[in-house]
Amino acid sequence: MNIVVCVKYVPDAQSERTFNESDNTTDRVGVDGLLSELDEYAVEEALKIVEAGEGEVTVLTVGPDQAADAVKKALQMGADKGVHVNDEAIHGSDSVATSLVLAEAIKKIGDADLVLTGMASTDGTMSVVPAMLAERLGLPQVTFASELTVDGQQVTIRRDGDAASETIVASLPALVSVTDQINEPRYPSFKGIMAAKKKPVETWGLADLGVDASQVGLDAAWTKVESFTKRPPRQQGQIVTDEGDGGTKLAEFLSAQKFI
Amino acid sequence: MTTQQQKLPPVDPMDLAGIDDLLTDDEKAVRASVRQLCDKLVDPYVADWFERGEIDDIRGLAREFGSLGLLGMHLEGYGCAGMSATEYGLACLELEASDSGVRSLVSVQGSLAMYAIWRWGSEEQKQQWLPRMATGEAIGCFGLTEPDHGSDPGSMRTRARRDGDDWVLDGRKMWITNGSIADVAVVWANAGEEHGGIRGFVVPTDTPGFSAPLIKHKLSLRASVTSELVLDGVRLPADAVLPEVRGLKGPLSCLNEARFGIVWGALGAARSSLDAARRYAMEREQFGRPIAGFQLTQQKLADMALEYTKGLLLALHLGRRKDAGTLRPEQVSLGKLNNIREALEICRTARTILGANGISLEYPVIRHMNNLESVLTYEGTVEMHTLVVGQALTGVSAFR
Repeated sequence: MNIVVCVKYVPDAQSERTFNESDNTTDRVGVDGLLSELDEYAVEEALKIVEAGEGEVTVLTVGPDQAADAVKKALQMGADKGVHVNDEAIHGSDSVATSLVLAEAIKKIGDADLVLTGMASTDGTMSVVPAMLAERLGLPQVTFASELTVDGQQVTIRRDGDAASETIVASLPALVSVTDQINEPRYPSFKGIMAAKKKPVETWGLADLGVDASQVGLDAAWTKVESFTKRPPRQQGQIVTDEGDGGTKLAEFLSAQKFI
Repeated sequence: MTTQQQKLPPVDPMDLAGIDDLLTDDEKAVRASVRQLCDKLVDPYVADWFERGEIDDIRGLAREFGSLGLLGMHLEGYGCAGMSATEYGLACLELEASDSGVRSLVSVQGSLAMYAIWRWGSEEQKQQWLPRMATGEAIGCFGLTEPDHGSDPGSMRTRARRDGDDWVLDGRKMWITNGSIADVAVVWANAGEEHGGIRGFVVPTDTPGFSAPLIKHKLSLRASVTSELVLDGVRLPADAVLPEVRGLKGPLSCLNEARFGIVWGALGAARSSLDAARRYAMEREQFGRPIAGFQLTQQKLADMALEYTKGLLLALHLGRRKDAGTLRPEQVSLGKLNNIREALEICRTARTILGANGISLEYPVIRHMNNLESVLTYEGTVEMHTLVVGQALTGVSAFR
């Protein structure tokens, strides 16, 4: 079982995130980046599958120089090897272009029985790349797995909806995106941290994937961020003093806000 | 000089000087893993452990530490992780940011018990104990201090006498971390001049004549097992002695390892208290505004941050020296003397910012403060480290 896990390097959600004022893309200066927490679930699930059987976990990212940190973290957790697609032309790419680059990289890695992704990135939160990627690779698209089992040549997932839980079966190879309910990601052990130093990481450019620079980047993006403004600071809440009519005032407030 | 406009990175209130810049990615990864483990397995429970004076499933916790690689992490081989001294220091800091007692468990296991065997033991002793101690399956303790001999261990009364090929140990050890739960004790005893003076012994704790009653009524390090070791005619085979060292150098070399970790660890307690005080000050309102806005509070917070920053720089410098193999014991004394003193002061000041809440276990501050009262005197009292520094400055020993 060879598994490719797609991961994203994102600005730490704990720090103040903003856009770059020159081109309205994600600002990475002065903000710590990390492996998207939602992708850690995908890495963990891949490791569990391989540990229970056999095979190899390849972690794949598309991003700037610092994105190597996301690959490294996954290798420290236990993935076997990494691929980092890094090309200046990719800067500002939208989901469509990102999925193209990922798809070509997965083809070049070759022999993937299973492609795993997180349910969304913690910065863009578009949640569309898994579907686009499955489409580009011609793989069954099995999204939002809260449980995953691999049995022979098929994969079974449970997808929890608001009203019902679905069990979905697909033949391998397949693409599965996993939710944050599926497992509890491990933290790298010291041996994992040491071992990661010796694990192979390949860095590819667009030319290695046969992707033309005109297909990706800010100029090729179908959508662009035109402008951004900071969310205004939260207004101070309204304090209702109870002078015997507190209940009535509360009901009036809720009614005015159309809560009731 | 370039005048290029460069966007400044944001200020991190908990790392005002930006000392993180001095750490490698691997060092940060080690720190992050220890923090994650503590967030999950220690922080939610430790106030309760402290209050009850008992850690639930301490062996399970030790195995979790082992699987991360914390136990004997700075030792090479025998299942140990082989990390750097600086990484070990950072791990101690994170552990002690959770609780000094939990850090003590790791210090004693790795730097005292395991280090003694790793540095001075026979190949058989290493093979027998180190891999199991690295995983946390076996817990170790270290018996040097006695009821009547603390700073002056050379005067110890615990005796080892030869009886045929065997060794027989008699005596008592006091204030021994991990004692009552240990599988193996490294015990230092006076074997008499003809056998090399003070010698170390690897004592399986199920040996007849060995017992380790728990010391109760502590108001500090309550989330830590502290014990007395009673050695009543403990008969050991000839190969129980640590063959590679004779004299006080043996135990003192181990203490130097553990003290190095404590130089870092105390800063963890300080950081946790400083952070608690800072957050509290921003939320707590008096006279219609947050107390963080009062100059006296800011003075306290600023002084705390200064001392924390300086202590961290000192610890990091000592770590780099240790990794380079140039760290002297006097320098460890300098670090321990400064960092525990300042960490304790930070905790006490934090306590005043929290007012009455400062004495509640709902906040970590009083726990850290009480813990550091132990750390202040264990592994060398303030007085002893002061005299070591004094000797280094003057060339004159004031105590020997």
